[in-house]
Amino acid sequence: MSALKQKKAEVAGTGSIRAVLSRLSRDPMGLIGLVIVASFVAIALFADVLAPYDPSKIDILIKLQGPSLEHLFGTDQLGRDTLSRLIHGAQIALMVAVVSIGVAVVIGSILGSIAGYGPSWLDFIIMLLFDTIRSFPVIMFALAVVVLFGPSLTTIIAIIIATSFPTYGRLMRTQTQTLRNSEYVLSARALGIPTPVILMRHILPNTIGPILIVASMDVPFVISVEAGLSFLGLGVRPPTPSWGSILNDGYTYIRNSPWILFSAGAPLILVTIGFTFLGEQLRDILDPKLGRNR
Amino acid sequence: MLTYTIQRILLAILIVAVAVATMFLMIHAVPGDPANVMLGPRATPEIKAALRARLHLDESMTTQLYYFFSGLAQGDFGFDLRSKRPVLDIVLEQFPHTLILVGSALAVSTIGIPVGCYAAIHRNGVFDRVAGTVSVSIIAMPAIVVGLYLLLFFSVELRLFPVIGAGDSDDWLDYLWHLVLPVITIGIAWIGYISRIVRASMIEVMSQNHVRMARAFGLPESKIISRYALRIAVLPSITMLGVGVAFILSSTVITEIIFSRPGVGRLLYESVLSRNYPLVMGTVIFSTIFIVGGTTIADLINAMLDPRARKDAN
Repeated sequence: MSALKQKKAEVAGTGSIRAVLSRLSRDPMGLIGLVIVASFVAIALFADVLAPYDPSKIDILIKLQGPSLEHLFGTDQLGRDTLSRLIHGAQIALMVAVVSIGVAVVIGSILGSIAGYGPSWLDFIIMLLFDTIRSFPVIMFALAVVVLFGPSLTTIIAIIIATSFPTYGRLMRTQTQTLRNSEYVLSARALGIPTPVILMRHILPNTIGPILIVASMDVPFVISVEAGLSFLGLGVRPPTPSWGSILNDGYTYIRNSPWILFSAGAPLILVTIGFTFLGEQLRDILDPKLGRNR
Repeated sequence: MLTYTIQRILLAILIVAVAVATMFLMIHAVPGDPANVMLGPRATPEIKAALRARLHLDESMTTQLYYFFSGLAQGDFGFDLRSKRPVLDIVLEQFPHTLILVGSALAVSTIGIPVGCYAAIHRNGVFDRVAGTVSVSIIAMPAIVVGLYLLLFFSVELRLFPVIGAGDSDDWLDYLWHLVLPVITIGIAWIGYISRIVRASMIEVMSQNHVRMARAFGLPESKIISRYALRIAVLPSITMLGVGVAFILSSTVITEIIFSRPGVGRLLYESVLSRNYPLVMGTVIFSTIFIVGGTTIADLINAMLDPRARKDAN
């Protein structure tokens, strides 16, 4: 009996994922988004294999070269291959996005469901926290924190988590508030099921869709914060290649070698378009109402 | 409306207070002596002692917080470590440049209103589809790439616009000329944003009873749109702008640095590089007040124009 149920659930699960994917690929915007995001993830995961050169191999003799067959995007001021650095930069970008959004979703969901389900004074305190954090401009807050704790990848991730979990918290709170008075939650309560179990088993699974959509649309923002901070020299430390620090190299040599700047901006634009298109289409497919809540 | 206004202002003060306290506690979260953190390792014991005395660092934490808040309430944001001038004076000197930049970017973003309106009226037409795709693509475009590309193409390669600075403040044409690219950098995403919001709410409003009623009376379509529909459809974008002030200020920091413009953002960046902590703290607190003020004003305007918003807030 339970084996049959499990089988059924599996079929339903793959069926719905397949249905979403096929609907995504039928729409041009969705298809573009899907292809870009998939290639970005693939490039980041297989950076070591795909990069034609070692990203930190210095060769002063070929510094600041334009595009050629050997170096498709040219070389930087130390003769390092720009394409290889960008490919390895994708790794950093993906890592920052996955870790910081992942943790922010968990923290936001917990606080948001407490705010939505718990007593109203707790709701007020949590909302005050959310509103306060929302009024910090991310980059300014980040600059202040970097003065104190010093620049590093961990600092960047911590800053992004601290400033972005309220988005998920607010979303979770609204969802929980709508669900808390639904019949199945009320009957679960009447049966005496403890609150944490209700939240985990009955409310969370129903809120995960909208949260995933917002998370997907948040990826470009997170990546551009990392790029921004690394551009300012306050993020990833050299020689680790990050899109932001490559942009900074390009900015410095904007007159001698515009190619560095040009090619470092391109992946940021592509990834931004990819995740935004994907998120928009996912939203249209999964939850048409969400568009107005954000 | 009065009750709502008072409630909203009290909430704003509370938010600023919590934000300031957070900033304050952050210094103490760093292991070691706050005087060391602020002055760096090369400071002499005398300078450190002077700073300790001025910031009441030897008193208890609550006393320090009390001194800090009462100072802020009197407009005392602390003193610059280098020039010894009051932080507030330095920030206020730079602030007009930032305000002009942000204000112009907001003005440019209103281009999104007619775009969204036209797209909503000719829904699913060619214009709507093109505008939709373009706005979605530019909304999330990072300001850093937009700014650097504009600088690369229009200033360095084509030499159409100046590369650095804000121009001569007395020569307004020159000042305006220096303003173009930075304003596009910040404003372009908001054109997309506002056109999307106006389009969505316009579609909603156009199907409402009062618009149908106006149609039934035989009013010309252009009058229905300008007098009855668009007025309501613009409201949500005011709220969005209020919420967006924090975001706009973030891209302003990047923009000011890319184009080497004077302003609060670059002041902050330079004080970060020179580890001038009182100046960093003062700039961040000042910006927070500015943002909370912006959000509050947007909420109040919204509540004034739309009585339903007052209820929703409670």
